[in-house]
Amino acid sequence: MHLRDLSYRVKTPLSVVLVILLTALILSSVLLVRAYQDSRADLISNALDLGTVLSRTLRPAMTRDEVWQAYETIMSPLERDAGWQYAVEQGGEPAIPVEGKPEREIYVLDTRNRVYVASRPREYPMLQPLARRGPEHAELVRRIETLEDRRPLVVDDVWSGRYVMVVPILAEDSAPLGTLVLSYSSSLLVPRFLNAVEQVILATLLVLIVLLPLGWYWGKRLTEPLAHLSDCMRKVGSEVPSDLQCDLYEGRDEIGQVSMRFRRMLEELREKQDLERSMIASERLAAVGRLTAGIAHEINNPLGGMLNAISTYRRHGGERDPVADRTVSLLERGLVQIKGTVGALLVEARLESHALTPDDLRDIRTLIQPDIQRKGLELVWDSTLDAAVPLPSSQVRQVLLNLLLNAIQASEEGGRVVCWLRCDEAFFRAAVSNSGSFIDREQMAHLFEPFAPSRHDGHGLGLWVTYQLIQQLDGRIEVKSNTVATVFEVTLPLHQGEQS
Amino acid sequence: MKRRNFLGLIALASAIPGAALARPVVRIGLTPVFLDDQTFLNRWQAYLEERLGGRVEFIQRSSYREITELVLNGRLDFAWLCGYPYVRYQDYMDLLLVPIYQGEPLYRSYLIVAAEDARTRTFADLEGRLFAFSDPLSNSGWLVPQAQLLSGGHDPEHFFARTFFAGAHRNVVEAVAVGLADGGSVDGYVYEALARLHPELTRRTRIIWRSETYGFPPVVARRGADPELRERFRDALQGMQDSEQGRALLEQFYLDGFEAPEAELYTGIERLMRRVERA
Repeated sequence: MHLRDLSYRVKTPLSVVLVILLTALILSSVLLVRAYQDSRADLISNALDLGTVLSRTLRPAMTRDEVWQAYETIMSPLERDAGWQYAVEQGGEPAIPVEGKPEREIYVLDTRNRVYVASRPREYPMLQPLARRGPEHAELVRRIETLEDRRPLVVDDVWSGRYVMVVPILAEDSAPLGTLVLSYSSSLLVPRFLNAVEQVILATLLVLIVLLPLGWYWGKRLTEPLAHLSDCMRKVGSEVPSDLQCDLYEGRDEIGQVSMRFRRMLEELREKQDLERSMIASERLAAVGRLTAGIAHEINNPLGGMLNAISTYRRHGGERDPVADRTVSLLERGLVQIKGTVGALLVEARLESHALTPDDLRDIRTLIQPDIQRKGLELVWDSTLDAAVPLPSSQVRQVLLNLLLNAIQASEEGGRVVCWLRCDEAFFRAAVSNSGSFIDREQMAHLFEPFAPSRHDGHGLGLWVTYQLIQQLDGRIEVKSNTVATVFEVTLPLHQGEQS
Repeated sequence: MKRRNFLGLIALASAIPGAALARPVVRIGLTPVFLDDQTFLNRWQAYLEERLGGRVEFIQRSSYREITELVLNGRLDFAWLCGYPYVRYQDYMDLLLVPIYQGEPLYRSYLIVAAEDARTRTFADLEGRLFAFSDPLSNSGWLVPQAQLLSGGHDPEHFFARTFFAGAHRNVVEAVAVGLADGGSVDGYVYEALARLHPELTRRTRIIWRSETYGFPPVVARRGADPELRERFRDALQGMQDSEQGRALLEQFYLDGFEAPEAELYTGIERLMRRVERA
């Protein structure tokens, strides 16, 4: 699994945790390095202090050439018990005589840099020239010889892992009596350093115990909006954008901006989808319209001929066979019914109608009043029209009447029907809305088609006719339906009237 | 010569009446043998105080000379000295008692080397090496090896590469054990006592030579000490082996008791002294 496949829900808290861990690591390392340096500085400064004290204490012993005194003096800081412990550690038996440990050697050199006395007498026999012990000791002797001022000297580059402090032993008058050498192994730092390590680790762990859950929680919180957005986006495609419900993060940061963009994008997607759907619907309706118009014309021509033939047969003929008469009558009724149906399908513009007047609108209101009252509905009539509108009145009347009758039909008892009418210089607008059962998506797709299959009442030509009429007037009809209300909005351009 | 003059002065001072005032406290000097156990000394002090019916004070110094000179200048009533300073200054102090060690008032000097030093077998093998003496006024720790070197035809001054005085027999043993010195001479009695108290110390050393016997370090009284006090002190020490408490104390010393010395007990040391000091 790749890192980039990992969710930010995990990645971000993980990163925060990593940063915390890294910080803790770096801080601990710095502290440890510091602790090591401090221990080292302490070791050297303590040794120098000790050396200074010892060199003063050694002065009388050196002056009087008291070897044992000098030996006891340099052994005094090396603790008698340490010798015991050391012997036991080495697997030997505890011994009263104490040689120093190799970790901490103290030796005194005479003025000719021979060993005067040493904490490990066997290693450093009395009178042995120190330089003869090896190249390192020779180098040390060289440095002691070149020591000009009689101040203590720290040598840490002759042996690796050993700090050597050189303190001259001076008589009262500053004449040199000898040299005190304290040679400490850096392993002496280990216990102290380990102690520091333990403390640092403990402190770091404590800090981590507090910080890690906090960091994890914080990281998760930061990522929550992003994850939410991502979840929401994942639904696009599988779900219809119009149905998508996303509770997106509000804010001006990057996620907030992306959320805002995404919301806008969703809206645009919805609009696009609506547009596509209405385009498909209108194309289909146009095709159906052309088809029906074509068929109607093809039927109408022979139909007119047949009806003319029947009327000619009626006018001429005198004595007629009663059976033939009944048959002709039956034919005529059938043909008239076909003509009615075809006429209903073939919506033809009646160019002869006059301009729409407020009186026409009042007529419509009067016409629907009985149906309103029968169902006990409330009618809200909101019209600002007070002058004639240059639109063919009969078509507009039919459109409004159809829509209102539909609204009444769709309303439940005691519901409410609203008719809203406006007109400005360019457009006539009408909106008819009703409360009650809404139109689902399936129905909506075939709403304006003739004989739509979902229709369970009426012949299904009302909205078809309405749509055709509006199309002829270059207008637009839109439907919005939800649980609260269903609204049909009609927009008709006024130039139609001017052209006619 | 200088010392003789100085001692003469001291002798003069002690002859002046009133210089040796009868002190309410009995002061007893101890040379640094292995007696560094203060608890033991406190018990011995309590024992002596009870017997003497007065306060007893032990005086300890780091060198034999200091104790010897405190006796010589009358600052101490009694002292447990080495045989050599007693012999040397016997005209200025009185021999009181001698301890009995292993049934006799005698002891030896030991020559020791480090236990792992297998090749050193005789004194001659130590030539040109490092050697530890205990004290310049010690019979076993200085006089005996000096005389031994002389009798072997060596010049004690130049026989060793380096010598030093460790101050106490115990220190000599330690110096040899840790390798500070290649060899050392010690009081045989102290060495044996150490071997029992601290075997881990003596085990790291090896005895390569034992001297003939010499008179055990005696208890001396300053010249002119109160005879009655001297009697009582003598009785107190000699009576130790008769009381349970005293015997317990003596056992701590690994001693059997105290007895009055025979006249020729220290002739051996005198002989050594004459030989070494003439050299």
